[in-house]
Amino acid sequence: MSHYDLIVVGAGIVGASCADEAATAGLRVAIVEPGPIGGGATACGMGHLVAMDDDPAELALARYSLRRWEDHVDLAEAEFSRCGTLWVARNETEAEGIAQRVARLEASGGEAEAVDAQALYRLEPALAPGLCGGMLVPREAVVYPPRVALHLVRRALQRGATLYAGRAVRRLGRATVTLDDGTVLAGPALVATGCALPELLPQLPLRPRKGHLLITERYPGLLHHQVLELGYASSAHGTAGSSVAFNVQPRPTGQILIGSSREFDVTDPAVSGPMLQRMLQRAFDFMPALRGLRAIRAWTGFRPATPDGRPYLGAVPDSTDLWVAAGHEGLGVTTALGSARLMLDLLQGRPPAIDPAPYAPARALA
Amino acid sequence: MTERYDVLVVGAGPAGLAAARAAASHGARVGLLDAQARHGGQVWRHDVLHGTPRPARKAFDLLVRTRGHVEWLPQHQVISADHRTLLVETPRAAIRLSCGSMVLATGARELLLPFPGWTLPGVTGAGGIQALAKQGWPVHGKRVVVAGSGPLLLAAAATLRRHGARVLGIYEQAPAAAVAAFAMQLWRWPARAVQAALLRARLAGIPYRCGSFVRMAHGRDALCGVDVDDPRGPLRIPCDLLAVGYGLVPNVELASMLGCALDHTRGHPCVQVDALLRTSVAGVYAAGESCGIAGLAAARIEGGMAGHAAAGFPAAATALLPSRQRARRFADLLAQHFALDARTRTLAGADTIICRCEDVTLAALDGFTDARAAKLATRCGMGACQGRICGTALAELDRFPHGGIRPPLFPARLATLATGDPSTP
Repeated sequence: MSHYDLIVVGAGIVGASCADEAATAGLRVAIVEPGPIGGGATACGMGHLVAMDDDPAELALARYSLRRWEDHVDLAEAEFSRCGTLWVARNETEAEGIAQRVARLEASGGEAEAVDAQALYRLEPALAPGLCGGMLVPREAVVYPPRVALHLVRRALQRGATLYAGRAVRRLGRATVTLDDGTVLAGPALVATGCALPELLPQLPLRPRKGHLLITERYPGLLHHQVLELGYASSAHGTAGSSVAFNVQPRPTGQILIGSSREFDVTDPAVSGPMLQRMLQRAFDFMPALRGLRAIRAWTGFRPATPDGRPYLGAVPDSTDLWVAAGHEGLGVTTALGSARLMLDLLQGRPPAIDPAPYAPARALA
Repeated sequence: MTERYDVLVVGAGPAGLAAARAAASHGARVGLLDAQARHGGQVWRHDVLHGTPRPARKAFDLLVRTRGHVEWLPQHQVISADHRTLLVETPRAAIRLSCGSMVLATGARELLLPFPGWTLPGVTGAGGIQALAKQGWPVHGKRVVVAGSGPLLLAAAATLRRHGARVLGIYEQAPAAAVAAFAMQLWRWPARAVQAALLRARLAGIPYRCGSFVRMAHGRDALCGVDVDDPRGPLRIPCDLLAVGYGLVPNVELASMLGCALDHTRGHPCVQVDALLRTSVAGVYAAGESCGIAGLAAARIEGGMAGHAAAGFPAAATALLPSRQRARRFADLLAQHFALDARTRTLAGADTIICRCEDVTLAALDGFTDARAAKLATRCGMGACQGRICGTALAELDRFPHGGIRPPLFPARLATLATGDPSTP
């Protein structure tokens, strides 16, 4: 039996970050991943590094994590592009909320500024006429998450970690992990399996939330910022069965990535024609010029959603040497690095830099 | 708007034309669609100088005279498919076509194998440059080397010569003994023998070398010459164009999107069909090259069979079974005698670009054993062709199988993808 200081189950962006953090701290680390590195939700999302301000706990974790992303600005694999985030207001009601959002983002240590309609069209001339201004968050960025996950795993391996590639975990025991080929690993386990969490930890409620994305051919210069509607937060954090929101991103290649949709209770990964239509119609409402662009690929993915929208970060209640870092829904890439640091602090008995209580898995069992 | 047909035929090459005619002969309302502006497919492509090949004209005229009604839908590109409904893009609009049954006659594309210099301007597929020349792309006076494998090389060389190119030579990778054995068998297919003799006459004076292949293409900004490995020794041939193709690969992407099972037992996947050309999906039939490369004669017979069966007349399809079996034997002969020399799979170097859409080199793909992991890490296959070229080449190079296609099947206007389906709330 091989002994480890930490067995990380799952090598998505969250598991990869935890493995990297632990290996850097000098721990003997094992990583277990049945599929490609970063092949789950990590591969399907937009890779937008963004602070959402409507939940203080989520904002604290995002801010903590965004600072750590600054270490990866020059990492070729990250394809880091500081395009900034531009939130647009459809009407006066949405515009009225901007001042408060700017204040919240600034209070958390970020930069944000309100922009009037004139400035909005200077920033993004392709936006539909009639919008009421918005909010610019200039230092936010986009990355390419699967290659970051691969980089973090490779770095962990260089620092002594062992990768059990193509292996799934069959059973979690008392400080042991049994793999599907019968191998038994000894040591504390950290479960970071995203949407697959219920297979190993069914006591922690989690539902997959399907999303669609679509990417175009290359149109450099058409779009400059990641642009979202201010109503995005109500789509993202609402509990509606299905919703769409305007969310477009300029890739460093000149391609435009178009989102977003959210659906509960759908398990079929196929691209849904009607959902794609809804999502695109929403995007055309905000940016009519998109209609004539050519799409080369559409795909779907599943976000791991907890009932309150916050990830599970910490010890699994009523267990020994069992930890969880999962359920980041649509913010896993933004918050992975901060989540990993928080996990290491908890694992090693240090007080974390941010309050861990809002993410404690025990809340789900209360 | 959704237009409904009894039978929809996708692809207006020899198989599709035959399918449309057979289905319409039973009185079915048939929609025959093709992405191209003219019928004929690849093999019967219209030539700006020489018009439409006679058999293609005849097949099309027959359609017009058939009892039922065939609606010809040119420039209709299939973008996505769901059950028996197709989302189709035309130059101006997006429409939905639905049907009682469907015949897939989506043909084949060229197998391109990477080698140093293959991405230089001036290097094209053999069938690729044949199509370009027929469409009026200027080849007059150009010095052309034709290379690769299979009878397509002869057809390409003949077209190039007709358009005024100087064909310097045809370099067939199959050994002379295999090509001779193939020729000896041709008498069993008299039409093929006549075709071969005609081609030979048109190609008089052009060297036809067997057991030889292009190892490397030279040039700084454009092609200026090629290195050929020949049994008699290496050759360096200065040229303006290199037309190189290693045979054909079935187009199975639409079938796959419809959920049809694919047959992976014969190298590159083809659509799995039974004796009556039924796919694994009820109401969906396939005919011609998409069910395995077998050439023109098999495509025409299978098109007819699939058309009859799709219109609800399986007995008429069954009657054609013996001729289909005979034509399919030609496919086995082709596959047997033009099998690829292992050396053609080892030409690419570490820095040879494999994925042209995303500039991914062979070395970047080392260590990957699956298309998705390679794509996520290197962008290989992430471009507009979705790995149709590189994925097929990597499968041939025995790296990993092609990962499959996501919607849209071909790049499409966003407005097309946003076109609503009235049957869905």
